Amino acid sequence: MTDYNFAYLDEQTKRMIRRAILKGLAIPGYQVPFASREMPMPYGWGTGGVQVSAATLTPDDTLKVIDQGADDTTNAVSIRKFFEVTAGVATTENTTEASVIQTRHRIPEAELRDDQILVYQVPIPEPLRFLEPRETETRKMHALEEYGLMHVKLYEDISQHGAIATSYAYPVKVEGRYVMDPSPIPKFDNPKLEMSAIQLFGAGREQRIYALPPYTKVESLDFEDYPFEATKADHACDMCGAENSYLDEVIMDDQGSRMFVCSDTDFCAGRQQAGHLGALAAVNAEDAA
Amino acid sequence: MYVAVKGGERAIDNAHAWLAEERRGDTSIAELSIEQIREQLSLAVNRVMAEGSLYDPDLAALAIKQSRGDLIEAIFLIRAYRTTLPRFGSSEPVKTEDMACDRRISATFKDAPGGQVLGPTFDYTHRLLDFKLAAESDPQADAETAKPRREPIPHIMEFLNTEGLIQTEIACEDTPPDLTREPMELPSNRALRLQSLARGDEGFVLGMAYSTQRGYARNHAFVGELRIGAVPVEMEIPELGFAIEIGEMTLTECETVNQFQGSKTEPPQFTRGYGLVFGQSERKAISVALVDRALRWKELGESDSGAAAQDEEFVLSHCDNIQATGFLEHIKLPHYVDFQSELELVRKLRREAAETYPMQEAAE
Repeated sequence: MTDYNFAYLDEQTKRMIRRAILKGLAIPGYQVPFASREMPMPYGWGTGGVQVSAATLTPDDTLKVIDQGADDTTNAVSIRKFFEVTAGVATTENTTEASVIQTRHRIPEAELRDDQILVYQVPIPEPLRFLEPRETETRKMHALEEYGLMHVKLYEDISQHGAIATSYAYPVKVEGRYVMDPSPIPKFDNPKLEMSAIQLFGAGREQRIYALPPYTKVESLDFEDYPFEATKADHACDMCGAENSYLDEVIMDDQGSRMFVCSDTDFCAGRQQAGHLGALAAVNAEDAA
Repeated sequence: MYVAVKGGERAIDNAHAWLAEERRGDTSIAELSIEQIREQLSLAVNRVMAEGSLYDPDLAALAIKQSRGDLIEAIFLIRAYRTTLPRFGSSEPVKTEDMACDRRISATFKDAPGGQVLGPTFDYTHRLLDFKLAAESDPQADAETAKPRREPIPHIMEFLNTEGLIQTEIACEDTPPDLTREPMELPSNRALRLQSLARGDEGFVLGMAYSTQRGYARNHAFVGELRIGAVPVEMEIPELGFAIEIGEMTLTECETVNQFQGSKTEPPQFTRGYGLVFGQSERKAISVALVDRALRWKELGESDSGAAAQDEEFVLSHCDNIQATGFLEHIKLPHYVDFQSELELVRKLRREAAETYPMQEAAE
């Protein structure tokens, strides 16, 4: 692949993307249109995140790629490999070692630092899209800060279900101005959006980039009497015993018995190495002994 | 015992190896060459070039071979390759009146200067399977040749124009925007729309065009002229200071004549739809022309009937098959984090419902 430029994209394209990123950082939560390119992976596979990462990476960076919190899911493997080949950067599965982390659907459990960049893959960047399908209309609504429709939707949820029936891609308000889609992360991750690292959001097919500078105020939309609640499965991790991490539910056998395990594989492995054992890991250890 | 699903990397490598094996098929059967695809599946090659937005028959043929004949996949390969190419300039507008026409027909006039030229068309073939082609050796069919016409072949629409019967298009010297280098902005303009439709999915654009014929934003269209042939491509080289010919390409151009009732400010006259597509792609060119005309309702002061084909944002946001197939197919990627949060929400809502209406549950 030596025929390709560093990180696949040519320098002109990277400059165009960097301008969009800078504009996004200057106006937190605002969706900046950019001339997204066709990448060698399909739209929907993270082309926005890949383009943002390509424009962000330098040869000295260490890249981590996760999908569903895990480093070993097929698409995370595929994207990591892409940058190993086209950029030759170092890669890692260790959250603290990474300088750039590209993610789909999760924020790592470990707190990120101010020398790290978190890049999100975004399918539908427009938080108002499912209330108003027209881009021409939603851009106007953002410009006029007209978010009544969103509040009505949340209110209708409560009147119908007794709770806000959004569990992921839960809308947030950034610095009291723009309503933003945090990408399809579970709402458990929403409180982590206020962090020390730079957060960049890339939507390739929809041609939008947006950003959260470090320490930006990010509020999940709610009502005084129905406050936002970050939820997770009511269990501890069966492998590492963590009680405060987001869990995947795994079906174990034909009878449908379940176990719960951290979705963040690096976090879980780190805890197990440090000697923390969950219910099932303890049983296994006894079996082995 | 739970074993974390590891080995994504090995699974991917093995899947790719299997895919390569399937692509080749039975090795006792001769392998397809790029030249064979280029020469014998040329209409597939044309579609891949048109929707891939890259005029290169050899690369399109390679893409078709690599994609096992899945044309959308082939278009995708071409688009991804196109991303890596530098853009070093833009050509002069091609002059389709200078086209060396292989085919040129009009449905509005029985004859016109330049004549009706059927060219290599399926139009009047009987769609009977030709079992002779299944025989090992395809007998060489020599078509008769005639002397090419030297003079330019005028556009038929211009004959209507001399009478003022057809609306005059306003000439514009502006460099049109490039859809592949700037983000699509809505509302857009006609140049951008035509670009988007030219690379749009043939099936989607066909369906949209067909819907206008069936009454959803009806604007009864006649094919004023359809022409297919090679045009020279000229580009001004800054060092030279004048334009030189850098090559030629085959294009299909369709101009439709559409009814127009007239409005308060305009007397009744004909209007046009326009389609220009790479290669011999006449179904596509006609479809583009019909959809183009439907999308011009605002400019022509027509009413919005609420039809899909009149809705610029709807048509342009959904006509690209690479965007569409990517987003559609991505739902097979893992979504278990989101699904988990939905599971918890549904369980919670059901629990609360059971507490609120315990009698109902008991009755069941």
